[in-house]
Amino acid sequence: MPNSLGDYIERNSSEKTFKVSSDKDVVKIREYARDVADDIGFSNNDRTLIATAVSEICRNIIEYAKYGKISIEYLNKNSKRGILITAKDSGPGISDINMALKDGYSSGRGMGVGLPGTKRIMDDFIIESKPDNGTKITMCKWVTT
Amino acid sequence: MAKSKDKDNKKADLPRERKLSNIPAHISNQPADETTVSLLRELVSHLRQKRSELREEWAKRIMGAELLTAMTREEILAEATSVYDNYVEALETGTYEALQAYARNLSERIIPRGVETHEVIGIVLLLRDTLARSLFSKYRDDFNKLNRILDAYEPAANRIANTVAVGFVQERERVIRDQQEAIRELSTPVLQVRERLLILPMIGIIDPQRARQLTEQLLQAIRKNRAKVVVIDITGVAAMDSKVANHLVQTVEAARLLGASVIVTGLSSEIAQTLVTIGVDLTKIITVGDLQGGIEEAERKLGYKVQIVDVSTKPSA
Amino acid sequence: MLVPILKHGDYLIASVQSSLTDEQLMKLLDSLVVKVANVRAKGVIVDVTILDIMDSFATRILRDMAHMIKLRGAPTVVVGIQPDVALAMVQLGLSLGDINTALDLEEGISLLNEYNGS
Repeated sequence: MPNSLGDYIERNSSEKTFKVSSDKDVVKIREYARDVADDIGFSNNDRTLIATAVSEICRNIIEYAKYGKISIEYLNKNSKRGILITAKDSGPGISDINMALKDGYSSGRGMGVGLPGTKRIMDDFIIESKPDNGTKITMCKWVTT
Repeated sequence: MAKSKDKDNKKADLPRERKLSNIPAHISNQPADETTVSLLRELVSHLRQKRSELREEWAKRIMGAELLTAMTREEILAEATSVYDNYVEALETGTYEALQAYARNLSERIIPRGVETHEVIGIVLLLRDTLARSLFSKYRDDFNKLNRILDAYEPAANRIANTVAVGFVQERERVIRDQQEAIRELSTPVLQVRERLLILPMIGIIDPQRARQLTEQLLQAIRKNRAKVVVIDITGVAAMDSKVANHLVQTVEAARLLGASVIVTGLSSEIAQTLVTIGVDLTKIITVGDLQGGIEEAERKLGYKVQIVDVSTKPSA
Repeated sequence: MLVPILKHGDYLIASVQSSLTDEQLMKLLDSLVVKVANVRAKGVIVDVTILDIMDSFATRILRDMAHMIKLRGAPTVVVGIQPDVALAMVQLGLSLGDINTALDLEEGISLLNEYNGS
């Protein structure tokens, strides 16, 4: 669990999961993410940022694993609000996570853009991945007052 | 924005259920065994039976405690009715989503009326006590029963109080955020000095949040004023940490995407050092020593001819 | 057609009218490149005012587009990037590379005019 979540977070009934396999899914999911971000109270810029980051993560899944799942949840902690995004796939996995997160790194196309940039803008960002064992990315962002 | 969305329609797609997750476990995870459930049921039917009488008493205590002074007696009674019903329903169902939605709804209505946090917490606690007292008098002859009923009632009642209070506070914080945003927008420091030329003087201590805001305001101003050149003057900024320096660089790059070029003026050697440390290629940013120089450079870019008029030799008309 | 391509003097203007799927974006690329050659356009403007998100796919396609159009001897100007979108792109590290950008159609045309020495 990402650090800033702490002990009091419940996985709650607001979670919505989407399958990711085509670019039409990408559009649908990122629009949902934007609406959720709006509902949570993120600023205009943050909403676009979150939607774009979700779009990037989706594209990574399609590019590397062909198929995956994304879930988007509301977060609540001591009246702080935030968004939690989890991306899972059973793809080839990332053999060197540190490299993948380095700015400018690109194993082929796309990877170099999606992950480092997304990590930068999220408050917490965790990748769990083993070669041939799929990848799971958990990330969250909190509304700042 | 080019695409406008009907916010209410979109809200229909969002999950209705959102549980609060900041409630300590010992309250939220009461084992709901058979006895507790049936006790609560008994309790709920008692509360429903005594509805009008308890509601009246509660309203009286609210006014006695001088809470909700911003509202009239009729309004208090009307709200009391819906709070009461939602309260009892939460006790009955053991779920708090509907209550939470109601609390936000209520807050949206009463915050503009000037109702404060302590009032909301106060009235919910008064309701809890009013109902508790009614339980005392109903079961006063059966001490054991009373204990068991209270054991069932208390955690649920506490959770209800928590839910309503937090719902109110969250709504209030959202209002404050909106207001702050509005204030900041009104006090935008972006100046239009010539056609197509904007100046953004940055002064004092800039925290990352303020920096982000200035960026957003600047970009909006670029679009609104159709600016082609922006002069960002940081003479008045003593020091900049790497986060803020990053924001500055991002501002320059984003402005470029909007077709505007940026000139940074007043760059002290300390800040130049910070920029270099975070890996900024200073040759990519146009910098000029001082604001005046920056404006002249901007005007040159815009094609204004800079004429020096020697006033002293001007012939008097 | 989702993206009308208009001729404006020696220039071509493609105004994106709504969110495009990947396939539609790539079709746009193809149509533009072909048309540039057909009409010997001296410049291309792609108006993305309507787009409320520009992700890595969109930026890659635009870069490829500009590159191919450049091979036909014409510069491309992307106009109408929204402030939010611009900021998000920059924060995520999405770059349009060497593509020219301008605020809107008017600015785009004036930039192309400068290029062409008028």
